[in-house]
Amino acid sequence: MRRFDYTRAETVHDAVVALAANPDAQLLAGGTNLIDLMKYDVARPGAIIDINRLPLKDIEELPDGGLRIGALVSNSALAYDERVKERFPLLSSAILAGASPQLRNAATTGGNLLQRTRCYYFYDPSTPCNKREPGTGCSAIGGVNRIHAILGASDKCIAVHPSDMCVALAALGATVEVEGPDGNRDIDFADFHRLPGEHPERDNMLQAGEMVIALRIARNHFNRNYTYLKLRDRLSYAFALASVAAAMEVAEGQIVDLRIALGGVAHKPWRDALAEAEFAGREANEATFMQIADRLLSGAEGQGHNDFKIPLAEKAIIRALKQAAAGRPQDQVVKAIQ
Amino acid sequence: MDSALLGSGLPTCSVNISINGENRSLDIPPWVTLLDLLRGPLELTGTKKGCDHGQCGACTVLINGERVNSCLKLAVSLDGAEVTTIEGLGTPDNLHPMQKAFVEHDAFQCGYCTPGQICSAVGLVKEGRARSRADIRELMSGNLCRCGAYSNIADAIEEVLGAEGAQPYKEAAE
Ligand SMILES: Cc1cc2nc3c(=O)[nH]c(=O)nc-3n(C[C@H](O)[C@H](O)[C@H](O)COP(=O)(O)OP(=O)(O)OC[C@H]3O[C@@H](n4cnc5c(N)ncnc54)[C@H](O)[C@@H]3O)c2cc1C
Ligand code: SF4
Repeated sequence: MRRFDYTRAETVHDAVVALAANPDAQLLAGGTNLIDLMKYDVARPGAIIDINRLPLKDIEELPDGGLRIGALVSNSALAYDERVKERFPLLSSAILAGASPQLRNAATTGGNLLQRTRCYYFYDPSTPCNKREPGTGCSAIGGVNRIHAILGASDKCIAVHPSDMCVALAALGATVEVEGPDGNRDIDFADFHRLPGEHPERDNMLQAGEMVIALRIARNHFNRNYTYLKLRDRLSYAFALASVAAAMEVAEGQIVDLRIALGGVAHKPWRDALAEAEFAGREANEATFMQIADRLLSGAEGQGHNDFKIPLAEKAIIRALKQAAAGRPQDQVVKAIQ
Repeated sequence: MDSALLGSGLPTCSVNISINGENRSLDIPPWVTLLDLLRGPLELTGTKKGCDHGQCGACTVLINGERVNSCLKLAVSLDGAEVTTIEGLGTPDNLHPMQKAFVEHDAFQCGYCTPGQICSAVGLVKEGRARSRADIRELMSGNLCRCGAYSNIADAIEEVLGAEGAQPYKEAAE
């Protein structure tokens, strides 16, 4: 690992001021992504600002019955919190579908949002990669691209965002609270991550010097008809090839409100709120679910090795919607898909 | 006080870490991971380096009682923390119940992943969430074993859970 200066921030303000003052600095939370990338010489911060002492470790009640989750709440603490299990079981389920118990103990809410792609070329500094070194080209286009995007890619980058947690947060419509040297602002989860476009080096909409301090999730009625279905090369401890976070309210066999977000298929969790609204009032049956899958995947394009992801995602969407409609969420321990 | 363990001539930070119950004052360069601190200057080589990237679990230790991959933790970030490694769980004459169960169930072949498996299993028992063999398998999925001793590892953990009275293992043990 390259050498760097290390400081420990005592307040959020100190952290963002230090971060804004030094473009070469990076925040350290759980370290499970940053330290890994530093070992591969992909991340090369000149300074590390350790934020682990900041008072961002609480899950607080919101007046509407929602929850405010501090950026340093660990993935384990979040997934197993009784209130989260009861009100937002989709979120618990998605977190428990990811990584391992050890990693979830160390990983934080903020770090999970900011984790970087697992594209093989991004991880290999000897290859061109526009995300790692803008302007060098994309080795995955025309290269080995089995794990890459089928939606929203650009001719500069076809990487996917690897998080499971974020797919559930996209479906639930969370809000990201951000603090910078000039104050706070809220970002809708749907707008937090970005598509690669001309600037794949930017994963999200944070400005220089800004950090995530919390997430808010408003109370909703998605704690009965929901599922997180993750398809991957082995049943545990592997990133998603495609995943679906689905939730709905159903009344008398009809969809009242629908939420669906896809993971492992795009540079950000893929959600189409317009399409969701169009399916309100429709029968919650297989014919409708097939149409939803068609609609969500209408712009899907394979890159060669990942062509299989299009039919895989289609089947995953239909199956997940069936699981959600039946109130039979995917079991993350016994992995058989019902 | 341990002085400049890794730091001759390099910038170091001072941290206090309790390691296996002993308070250590350490001067460490910031880029040293907990795993390298343990295995290098502290000569606690029970904790193993497998992949060094969080993908295998061989380096698992307990930090403040929680199982964590020590390869992805900077030692400087652990000021004030309590670290327990395989050396802190038991001794050859006085094995920890989990160590004993691993021996009795032949829960290893080459043994390289074993310290991480045992620390992880101790963390699993403490978490108190495993109710079935399927739970054990899923909650131990962060520890790979190239020899494939998985079923014996699950047996060993099942026995300890039963002895500790975890539901429903309590009935199984009675
Ligand atoms: C082997 C392995 C398997 C994994 N499998 C999965 C999986 O299946 N599914 C999945 O979803 N994830 C998986 N992960 C990824 C894991 O979830 C992330 O590494 C973790 O969530 C990152 O959180 P952290 O706190 O450790 O972040 P860190 O490594 O500390 O930080 C990551 C990035 O976020 C920035 N950052 C941290 N906190 C903040 C903040 N509050 N504001 C702004 N920036 C911040 C840091 O500067 C850094 O750039 C896996 C990781 C490994 C190593
Ligand atoms: S897909 Fe993106 S991250 Fe991967 S090589 Fe291309 S530019 Fe880099």
